[in-house]
Amino acid sequence: MPGHELIKVEGLTKYFPVKKRIMLTRAVSYIHAVDEITFTVHEGEIFGLVGESGCGKTTTGKLLVKLYEPTRGTITLDGQNVVAIRRGKHLREFRRRVQMIFQDPYESLNPRMTIFDIVAEPLAVQGVRSLKEREERVAEILSQVGITPPETFMFRYPHELSGGQRQRVAIARAMVVGPQFVAADEPTSMLDVSIRAGVMKLLLELKDTLGVSYLYVTHDLAVARYMCDRMAVMYLGKIVELGPTEEVIQNPLHPYTRALIAAVPVPDPTYHREPVEIKGDIAAPIDPPPNCRFYPRCPLSDSACESSPHPDLREVSPGHFVACHKL
Amino acid sequence: MSLLDVSHLTMYYRTKMGDVHAVDDVSFSVEPGEAIGLVGESGCGKTSVAMSLMKLLPDNARIVGGSILFDGVDLVPLPEEEVRKIRWKGISMVFQAAMNSLNPVYRVGDQIIEAIQQHLPLSTEQAREKVAKLYTLVGMDPELMDRYPHEYSGGMKQRAVIAMALACDPKMIIADEPTTALDVIVQDRILHRIDEIRKELNMAMMYISHDIAVIAEVSDKIGVMYAGWLVELADTVTIFKRPAHPYTIALMSAFPSIKGEKRPLVHLPGEPPDLLDPPPGCRFHPRCRYATGICQEQVPEYKEIEPGHFVACWNPQRKGVADARA
Repeated sequence: MPGHELIKVEGLTKYFPVKKRIMLTRAVSYIHAVDEITFTVHEGEIFGLVGESGCGKTTTGKLLVKLYEPTRGTITLDGQNVVAIRRGKHLREFRRRVQMIFQDPYESLNPRMTIFDIVAEPLAVQGVRSLKEREERVAEILSQVGITPPETFMFRYPHELSGGQRQRVAIARAMVVGPQFVAADEPTSMLDVSIRAGVMKLLLELKDTLGVSYLYVTHDLAVARYMCDRMAVMYLGKIVELGPTEEVIQNPLHPYTRALIAAVPVPDPTYHREPVEIKGDIAAPIDPPPNCRFYPRCPLSDSACESSPHPDLREVSPGHFVACHKL
Repeated sequence: MSLLDVSHLTMYYRTKMGDVHAVDDVSFSVEPGEAIGLVGESGCGKTSVAMSLMKLLPDNARIVGGSILFDGVDLVPLPEEEVRKIRWKGISMVFQAAMNSLNPVYRVGDQIIEAIQQHLPLSTEQAREKVAKLYTLVGMDPELMDRYPHEYSGGMKQRAVIAMALACDPKMIIADEPTTALDVIVQDRILHRIDEIRKELNMAMMYISHDIAVIAEVSDKIGVMYAGWLVELADTVTIFKRPAHPYTIALMSAFPSIKGEKRPLVHLPGEPPDLLDPPPGCRFHPRCRYATGICQEQVPEYKEIEPGHFVACWNPQRKGVADARA
């Protein structure tokens, strides 16, 4: 069972300004990328964030590793206020404890650096001065991520590696400093199927051997099902449903979650999916109205939904939360 | 007679390092109105097959063997002027990432009109009417044709590109990763719309995808490609219920599913081979758990193991997916 609350997020909000021209003046409006979301990640847990493009899942990941600063809200790591960390040794210490894995291993590795330089750089930043120690640590982590034997890979360049190997190197770079928490942004979505399962298994193994917890961002519910202990479904910056992964997938409550699950193709030609009951297209959350974000597309909505503010998350069964007026 | 009959198609890319054996001895046929899916991972040759069928190959590619009979005419020796009469009117294509190929400075409708007028002797007015009909067919408001690509969502752009492929009433459309960049809900709508159109117009379809789940929903039969070879071909239910090639079995077992019991994922060790220098014998043998001595030496024959079920393997499996999980 997962341990104590490692990451605690409360009322986390991130707005991005957009400039709109209205006649000759310029009015600034805001994209509400992440809007008042609250969740916790326990020690030893994989917490999934799922949703479609533009729902705010990647922004949330970047907020947790301090690649963005929030507009409002708090993030704590082991009780320590993350938002207040500014620079210097506190930030360096934060970076040792919190790391990120990016989606595209063709973009995230510097093509001019050797594998050794890529994986050793975080160690150098963290003040591991001895070259011998850096070499040992890099060799150790490379063999843990399945880049074996490490000696034959250390002085190669990323272009000599396949996509799966590159992503393993990116994982090694995140893990080499021994983080407690890693935000993984679609770490397997660029990989081919036969390679993907191997990387998914590796991430699960590292959770146990290195004792790391993850925020796992993905658009793929089937992947979330295999990776995540609990997950939250996001829609236009809001969490609409949150609960144990299997519970959310087997018993989805929010109409958006239901539509999302119904739309996933099933690799079984004899299986007939339920129709997807959802109207229209997703809109950008630019200065959205205060009512439920999903209201314009919802098959259950009525006039009460139109006039009420966006619903809060409500616990409907132990650990299973949903934000909907109609449930 | 089949609409499309591909036999022993072999296509190489010439490079500085030697010939890349991108498509090797691929044979299949498509009946009028039938939907076939080609699945496989990056670099397995699925797009190269499509480009060979369209005869849209780069300068360094050449078809070194085999035939492509479309409506009884072999496209392989056909000169470009003759191919141009068949392309778009006979077979058309929705290219991979085609939605990003719309020209941002022209209205979407005008781009489709231009494509139509290249192939059909229609006035601009007539072509506009045709576009309006096509928009309705793919599920879009015809008024949208006077807008620019940036005013379209990803799903709308994809619909526009599909409308363009339908413009000359082709007998067959090849759709290369038609929904790959789209979110699941949009993907679901577009796939179902294409499938409805296919049935309405009795048009043949060839879907190309890396995602076997997407293909399963809309294809009558499925071909699985690995390292330039078509390793297995059968109707969709057979491919899923009784896959015989170890690679097909591995692919199925590596795929997470949202339905049914949560089964452990089986991961396939190793990487696909370098097609400049493919391994001798069966190209899959270095990664195959059922490989025996002969697999390392001799190329397996592509043969029919039951009616309509073709496999290229020395040791075709009978127990299917359950066995791989054991």
